[in-house]
Parts: sequence; structure tokens; C-alpha cells
Amino acid sequence: MRRNGLVSLVFHTLFIAFILAPLLAVIAVSFTGKGYLSLPTDGLSLRWFRTILDYPGFIDAFWMSLYLGTAASTIAVSVAVPAAIAIGRYEFTGREAVTAVFLSPLMIPSVVLGVSFLRFFNQIGLSGTFIGITLAHVIMVMPYAIRLVLASVTGMPRDAEQAAATLGASNWTVFRRITLPLILPGIAGGWLLAFITSFDEVTMSIFVASPETMTLPVRMYHHIAQTIDPLIAAISTLLMVGTVALLVLLDRLYGLDRVLVGKG
Amino acid sequence: MADGSRDNAPWFLSAPGLALFAALLGAPLVLTVMLSFYQFDYSTGGIQPAFSFTNYLDVLSDSYFHKIFGRTFGVALLVTVVCILIGVPEAYVLNRMRNPWKSIFLLIVIGPLLISVIVRTLGWALLFGSQGGISTALQWLGLADGPVSLMFTMTGMTIALVHVLVPFMVLAVWASLQRLDPQVEDAALSLGASQMTVLRRIVLPQVMPGILSGSMIVFSLTASAFATPSIIGGRRMKVVATTAYDEYLSTLNWPLGAAIAIVLLVATAVIIMSYNRLIERRYARVFE
Repeated sequence: MRRNGLVSLVFHTLFIAFILAPLLAVIAVSFTGKGYLSLPTDGLSLRWFRTILDYPGFIDAFWMSLYLGTAASTIAVSVAVPAAIAIGRYEFTGREAVTAVFLSPLMIPSVVLGVSFLRFFNQIGLSGTFIGITLAHVIMVMPYAIRLVLASVTGMPRDAEQAAATLGASNWTVFRRITLPLILPGIAGGWLLAFITSFDEVTMSIFVASPETMTLPVRMYHHIAQTIDPLIAAISTLLMVGTVALLVLLDRLYGLDRVLVGKG
Repeated sequence: MADGSRDNAPWFLSAPGLALFAALLGAPLVLTVMLSFYQFDYSTGGIQPAFSFTNYLDVLSDSYFHKIFGRTFGVALLVTVVCILIGVPEAYVLNRMRNPWKSIFLLIVIGPLLISVIVRTLGWALLFGSQGGISTALQWLGLADGPVSLMFTMTGMTIALVHVLVPFMVLAVWASLQRLDPQVEDAALSLGASQMTVLRRIVLPQVMPGILSGSMIVFSLTASAFATPSIIGGRRMKVVATTAYDEYLSTLNWPLGAAIAIVLLVATAVIIMSYNRLIERRYARVFE
């Protein structure tokens, strides 16, 4: 195994600095004690973290995103499991097409999804409702759920299932007692990736979210479009801490590089 | 659960998902395509369901839209090229690291993909402002006389978008590097090839599929990016996504907004598909 040379390491250091710079800037600004923005800051203060409590709009939006992410990824995963078994286990005409359909939201620009859902919900009377935005998010996160569940379905050994079936277990028992536990890491990883994707989504949600169903990123976007202050940096810092915690969990559960290879 | 015991089993299993997609993705897309052919009535603010090509003619013939589409695909191309230039070497350097550094840095590089785009863009907005970190640093180094702002500039928008999207490139190249046999590199070196030759003749051809699929992801995501161009580029640097947003939520001209979105969808699809076709022909052997 060869080592990286000096040039490579200098390049690598610059690259890492580039990746971390904006994130560190957000954290630095969030701890300022001043009433305005400046970089570099001097002194540490939790003033802006306390201020968040005076803005119920952000707190409501956080809960909204949490409920929405939970509902959307749970629905997506429950639909994804049978679909992934169909795609992963059976040879059938139209298999490629079915896969393509489930992965298609990745190919469609989020703006297009946003305007389409806006029009659709308007026509069927679901505009601005929690059900509407949840269904939109189910479609949005479905590719991630399918991918991870499918990977565990195709990767799992079949002998235990065959043994159980030979010994007289019914299809349902085999699924519940053997298949489900074996693909559980894929299901959990898929759920978590779907949840994070839903929680972070802005572009599509900005079209479908009403004041009552405004998600945290959408509210943050509207705030930043008006003014950039240490308050929004404090909220972003908390969001980063939460994301890093989930990220470590996802890495333990599944291996982050394997999870993310398909994100895009 | 014997395979193929019943022919309709897979259809039965995927039915819930397919029904969901037909109702919630198929129908909305069809409605939007229909909407893009309708008319907006400026006097009443209503939508006239009369079929015509007016919106598409507007988008395709107006120099205002040409500029916006040109800027959008121009930025997408620029961001893709920069991502290749910095993402490919980084993936290679990462791959040659030892654990635990390898896993730590991989996490740092691709982890930001899961941090909200809003947060990452906010970071750049903080650095770009005239009171921001970059301005302060440049003045301190004596490289600038007064405050410099990269907000609402093409440069600023490109830097922020590269930051948002470069992890996809690193990841795609990383995935193809995993399949590379280090012994081939060693063999070439022991046979007297220079490091440069090894990179050019051995490594590059094998990671090409990764670079190409990475660039497709980066290109299409940049072309449809909304939050970053909107915050960093503002009204001065409008792109297709922000224009569609304005038509929908400010002007309320939904049919025109729908036409802009459909043109974006079709243009991106055509570019990606022709690029894909090109690659498949050139690198037919590399793909399995």
C-alpha cells in the first residue's frame, strides 16, 4: 500500500477545509453575544439559543417536520418492503419498468415535483393539508426506501427460508419469522435515510407547504430570504448536531458510504 | 415463497406502490403538462382551459428566458467541471488513506449530504457577505482594500453549489475505486511506469464510469437547484427553478410556471440521455 505524497495531503487538507468552512462559520456565528452578524466573533454566548424559544414559529415547524418525516418514511417503507421483495425475488416481464417507476422521483427535478403536487392538491382539495404534504413526501423518499430494502432482500441468504418452508411453515410465518428479521437492517437504514431526506427537503415542500404545514427548512428559507441573523445560525447549529447524531447511527447501522452511494 | 410459483405474485406485491405512484406522481405530472398548455388571464388572474402553445412560445422565444436557461445550464456545466477537478483527486487520496483516517475523512466529506442544504447555504452566505469571513480575511491579508461581497455573484453561487454537490462526485468515484485492483497499479509501477503514467493509463480509465455517473448526478441536480441559487444568487442571478417559483407564487401565472418547469425537465432529460448514450458507446467495455 503506497502512502499519499505531500502534494496529495496538502490538497486533501484544503479540500477538508473547504467542506468544513461554511459549517464552522454557522457554528461560530451562533455563539455570538452580539445582536448582529460578524465574522470572526469574539466571546461565547448562548443568547441566541435562548432566543429560539421566543419564536414559536420555528418550534412548531420543527415538530411539523418531525411528524411529517415519521409519517412519510413509515408509509414509504411499508410500501417498499413488498415491492422490493417482488423486484428482488421474482423474474417477471416489466420488472425493470417497475423498478424505474419507483426510482423515478430521483430523475425528476424537485421543482417539477413541487409545481405538480401544488396543482394536483389544488384540484383534489388537499392543498395546504398535512395529508397532502405527507403524500408528496412519500413519493419523494420512496427511492431511498426501495434501494436500501432491495439491497438487503437481494443480499440475504435463502436457506433458512427454504428450511422453514420444508418444515411446514406457512408463507406468512416464513416472512414474519425469517425474512423480516433478516432484512431488518435494510428496513431500518431505508427508514432513517427516508426520514432525513424528508426532514431536509426544501425545494418541493416550498410549493406545497401552507402556513399551517410549514416545515422547518421551509420556514428557515423564508427567514433567510428576509434576513440573515445569529438566530438562524443558532437553529442551524442545533439542526447540525441532530443530523450528526443520526448520521453516526446510520453509519453504525448500515455503513454510510453504502447508504449514500445511491443518494442523488 | 417459491419463486415464480404464481405469475401474478410480484404484481400483487408491488401493487400498493404502483397504485400510489400512479395516483400521486402520474396524475400530478399529467395535470401539470395540461396546465402548461392553458392560458393565464391577467385581468382576472384566472386560468383559461384553452389549449395553446403560447406559454412554450414565450419561454422558447423570449430573450429573458434564454438568459435564465443559459445561466442555469452554464452554471451546471461549470459546477460539474469543478466537481470533477477537485472531487476525483480527493476520492483517490481518500482511497489511499489508512483506517481510521479513511473512515473519518470519508464521513466528513460525504456526511454533509445529509445536512440540510439550507444550513450549508447559510454558511456560505455568512462567509460571503461584506462583513463575512472571506471579506475580513482578504482585507487582513492586504488582498483587498475594502469590504468584498460574493453575495449575488456568479462566483459565489458556483462556490456554494460546488460545496453542496461535490460529495456526490467523491462518492461516485469512491465506489468505482473500490473495484480497482491495487495489484494492477503495483504491477505497472514495478514494470517501470511513472506515477503519472499509472494514474493516466491504469487508474483513470477504470474510474471513468464513476466520474461519468457522478457528473450526471451533479449536472442534473445543479440544473434544478433552488435554495442555493435563491439565497446566494438572489434576484440578480435568477435560474430556472427560482423563475418557476416566482411565476407560481408571486406572479401567480401557473401555466407559464408549468411550461418553464416542463422545459427544464425535458432539457435536463435530453442532455442526460444524450450524455449517457455517448458514454455507453465510448465505454461499452468498462460497464460490466
